[in-house]
Amino acid sequence: MSTPAPATVRALELEKTARAQRLRRYGVWIAAAAILVGLPHVLRTPVAIPVMNQMGIAVVFALSYNMLLGQGGMLSFGHAVYFGLGGFIAAHVLNLAGRGVLYLPVPLLPLVGGLGGLVFAALFGSFSTTRAGTVFAMISLGVGELMASSALILDKFFGGEEGITTNRAKAPALLGLDFTTDRHVYYLIAFWALAAAAMMSAFSRTPVGRMANAVRDNPERAEFVGYSQRWVRFVSFCAAGLFAGVAGGLFAVNYEILTAENMGLSASGSVLLMTYIGGVGYFIGPILGAVIFTFLQSMLSDYTGMWLLYLGILFLATVLFVPAGFAGVLMLHAPAWRARRLGRLLGPYLLAGLLGLVVAVGVVGLLEMIHVVVSAPTGRTAKRLFWMTVDVRTLWPWLAFATLAVAGAVGLRWAAPQAAKAFTEASRPVETR
Amino acid sequence: MLELVLFSLLNGLVFATLLFMLSSGLTLIFGMMGVLNFAHAGFYMLGAYFAYTLTGYLGFWPALVVAPLLVGLLGAAVERYGLRRVHRFGHLAELIFTFGVAVVIEEVVQLAWGRTAKSYEVPALLDFPLFRLFRTSFPAYKAFMLLVSVGIFVFLFAILTRTRAGLIIQASLTHPGMVAMLGHDVPRVFMLVFGTGSALAGLAGVIAGPVLGTFPGMAQVLGTIVFVVVVIGGLGSLTGAFAASLLIAIVQTFAVALDVSLSSALATVGLRMSAGGMLQDLWKVTIAQVAPIMPYLLLVLILVVRPTGLFGTRET
Amino acid sequence: MSRAKSVFIGTLTLALVASLASGVTPADPIRIGYVDPLSGPFAATGENGLKQFRFAADAINRAGGVLGRQIEIVPFDNKVSPQESLIQLKKVIGEGIHFVFQGNSSGVAHAISDAVLKHNERNADNRILYLNYSAVDPALTNEKCHFWHFRFDAHADMKMAALTDVIKANTKIRKIYIIGQDYSFGKAVAEAAVSMLGKKRPDIQIVGNELHPIGKVKDFSPYVQKIIASGADAVITGNWGADMVNLAKGANEAGLKAPFYTYYAASDGVTAAIGAAGVDRIRLVHESHPGNPSPPKMVGDYIAAYKKLNPNNDINQPRIHTGLNMLVLAIKRAGTTDVDKVAMALEGMEWTTLSGDHVVMRKDDHQLLMPIYISVHTNKSITYDYDNSGFGLSLESKVEREMATQPAACKMDRPT
Repeated sequence: MSTPAPATVRALELEKTARAQRLRRYGVWIAAAAILVGLPHVLRTPVAIPVMNQMGIAVVFALSYNMLLGQGGMLSFGHAVYFGLGGFIAAHVLNLAGRGVLYLPVPLLPLVGGLGGLVFAALFGSFSTTRAGTVFAMISLGVGELMASSALILDKFFGGEEGITTNRAKAPALLGLDFTTDRHVYYLIAFWALAAAAMMSAFSRTPVGRMANAVRDNPERAEFVGYSQRWVRFVSFCAAGLFAGVAGGLFAVNYEILTAENMGLSASGSVLLMTYIGGVGYFIGPILGAVIFTFLQSMLSDYTGMWLLYLGILFLATVLFVPAGFAGVLMLHAPAWRARRLGRLLGPYLLAGLLGLVVAVGVVGLLEMIHVVVSAPTGRTAKRLFWMTVDVRTLWPWLAFATLAVAGAVGLRWAAPQAAKAFTEASRPVETR
Repeated sequence: MLELVLFSLLNGLVFATLLFMLSSGLTLIFGMMGVLNFAHAGFYMLGAYFAYTLTGYLGFWPALVVAPLLVGLLGAAVERYGLRRVHRFGHLAELIFTFGVAVVIEEVVQLAWGRTAKSYEVPALLDFPLFRLFRTSFPAYKAFMLLVSVGIFVFLFAILTRTRAGLIIQASLTHPGMVAMLGHDVPRVFMLVFGTGSALAGLAGVIAGPVLGTFPGMAQVLGTIVFVVVVIGGLGSLTGAFAASLLIAIVQTFAVALDVSLSSALATVGLRMSAGGMLQDLWKVTIAQVAPIMPYLLLVLILVVRPTGLFGTRET
Repeated sequence: MSRAKSVFIGTLTLALVASLASGVTPADPIRIGYVDPLSGPFAATGENGLKQFRFAADAINRAGGVLGRQIEIVPFDNKVSPQESLIQLKKVIGEGIHFVFQGNSSGVAHAISDAVLKHNERNADNRILYLNYSAVDPALTNEKCHFWHFRFDAHADMKMAALTDVIKANTKIRKIYIIGQDYSFGKAVAEAAVSMLGKKRPDIQIVGNELHPIGKVKDFSPYVQKIIASGADAVITGNWGADMVNLAKGANEAGLKAPFYTYYAASDGVTAAIGAAGVDRIRLVHESHPGNPSPPKMVGDYIAAYKKLNPNNDINQPRIHTGLNMLVLAIKRAGTTDVDKVAMALEGMEWTTLSGDHVVMRKDDHQLLMPIYISVHTNKSITYDYDNSGFGLSLESKVEREMATQPAACKMDRPT
């Protein structure tokens, strides 16, 4: 085979761009690492670190889920099974290490969890990945329900309702780290989250990772190319189980307890939701989704008893208005960013955002006041809302919030098309003269 | 023994009818639109709560008609103004959407009716034991549930197979593109089917509310069992849903009566299991203990062997 | 990644500034955490508990508070999930709160108790005290006991001891069926019932010992059928929530007349939902006078005052009043909010409850010793009903403290 000259030139150019890409790719990881190291020094409140620990675990779990959903097109209702099993195995191993039966420092525990997740993913994947689509989804649902229920029945291994507790401080210390503070655990989770994310990102670039996309989009063609779609699905499934197990191992280190709840349907549902609202089509999507979802789940309940309602409304709004998820919205702005026109969007976006906020304030105010009327003790009609106290017996707060909601909505109807127009303008390709 | 078998059979039948009322609507929606409708149990819950309130004003019998109609209208509205918009983003978006609807319904119900259970009771007219055999009585209300459900099956079956609308629905199930080409308004058919399905779920709620309780967790207790029925029966198959409802209800009911565990079964053939190890509980668990999770085992087994379900013709 | 994190930092700092801005008050009250479900299917129980805590706290504050400071109940929503409970516990610690009450679910209680123990061992300068007002798994004050856990409710074995005393006296009962949810508490009830009945009434036959998954059973009629077929004269169950309501309804439909001895078949909607189906059938083993018939004056006044403020809720956990007042007394006696000193003051403390009972916090295992009441679900001569349903609990028998007391099997390390 002879190589013509122009192609060589092109190959060289490709080489150059590839190098630039690689540099950018590594740059992203290095920047991420720097931020992760610096975060605990910036956020110095006691609540920040536990919340970030939880986010780190959720990020790994959501990324592993997106290996199935986003890359492989496999909708699973039972992914928490591998998270939970990995976690339980890690917890038992940590207990053994604590008793001195085997030598295993805490930082290596997530590997044990990953191994556990992998073994069970291989076991259940062997029959559930024969088909894609609804059949796969429903088998995962059945397996999820079976395992979650078994966790309550098989008392010895899963510890029944109170679960398996463990103590990370009893395991052999490595480099003087005894993991008695959340900060130690933070760095452990940050390290593993970054490592797992990098490995998952790398997996998506391997031939099997690429074939997962092909099988998702057109299984017949993938078969013609010479790949067994079943095998590709199985490998993706095992890899997803492995990283879910890593997340489970991190959970065991962080919370020092695993319960049946960790394998349950609601845990599987949560990871689906966080992955979706983050955006299944992008690598960063699940990361965004996990961070936002975890934040809302653990902080929103401090402010309102109806946080679930707001979460439900958020799902509806996401599906209706940003079906590609938050990452999708961000990525939509890539052309505008490349054309250096993002600044032009600031005005219209701020206006629309402000009006959206007005609607939200109005609706939240009304809902919270209804909540007070329905459930507060008699006589307690005052309610703190948005840094002021309102009395639900008087008419004016009702009127005020209703006005805010309606006026904001009317304004938004006018402002939203403007913002959309500005977006189209800004995303227009730059004319080359 | 005869008493146990007879009443287990009757109880199984009643539970099967309830499952069928829920799954008949779901299987049509699932089969036609490909939507795993997570809000279905929410509509069931709304049916019970609507009926609870309406019973206070109108009495049980008008509520039996009005509550499902309201739920059906609400369902149709959800399809028209929500799902239809989401449809173009694919099945996953639709699924998340119905999930959001389910969460919102559950929270709004708690906001409107409070967090505690409601005392929604069996109507006085039906609150008597129909007959008493040996030591057990059979309530008239359960017989009524049976009757309503059989009525629905006959009615739905007649519509689907004997009317023009039914033919269009059946055609839309398998060849939606072709039906649209022929000039039928497929989105409208979808809306009607979704509304009818929701109304049926609402009816199930009206009828089951007094028996299974009307409380904020009622949708969650029902959980995913209806999906199991639909999938085992085969997507879009009404007969399949009927058969699967019967199968699951009977299996569950009779499993409860069996106090057999793996170790006791092995012991009868002369094998002794040594108790010990991490999984020792596996040997001691009785079939009765796992009765409520039997449907999921059945689901996995059937899908592995026959991916189309019992009466289905296609997988997705 | 970087963008995600920066978005997150922004939101987090905003939220934290907001929480700081609203969190600090000049009066500097003693803050007491309340970690229980305030959303989701079990929120009814958690919300009612919170109201009872606030009601009890208001009375203490009107009387001048403690150490010249007011007390404030700070709610944290744990969604009855062990994981969420631990997150909320971190918040409790982060906010500088040193006393935390929790009650719903023994599974959650185990998680919190274990986390509190580890935290206190690792942070000797910033300890917290776990006050358990409702989780009744006996293990919490036995195998899993520790210095920083106190329980204000009678545990499952104490209640079972009282219950079996009552059954012992009832010669009409010859066959008993035990049914429960398949988890630690359900199993603890079953085990205690079998062993105690075996000692007290060896002639009684256990005709069934059934466990079913929690919250998964839609229709209880097959179970009821089994109970009928076994010919049981009485049923013992630890079921709660929907599992309790549906079991009672199933029994009523099938015409099962045997009495049901239960732990949690009242209030928070359960009484209303069981309604006529439970009359003279459901009996409840609990820790205080039910208010009917003719309650001690303190009980009646307390219920009436609470009802006036919360017409849709009931005083169903008088132990909340006991627990909070004993904690306040301990703070007063210790003269400080230092956790170890308050815990020392609580050990061995005596108290007279609203029902007029003398209760003691046993030093050996931190279990409050108290008499046990057994009441029946009825609508006859009910002054203080539950759920405004006309149905309520009426006292049938009372088992004195000495009879209900179980030996302590706790070995705890005390701080020196």
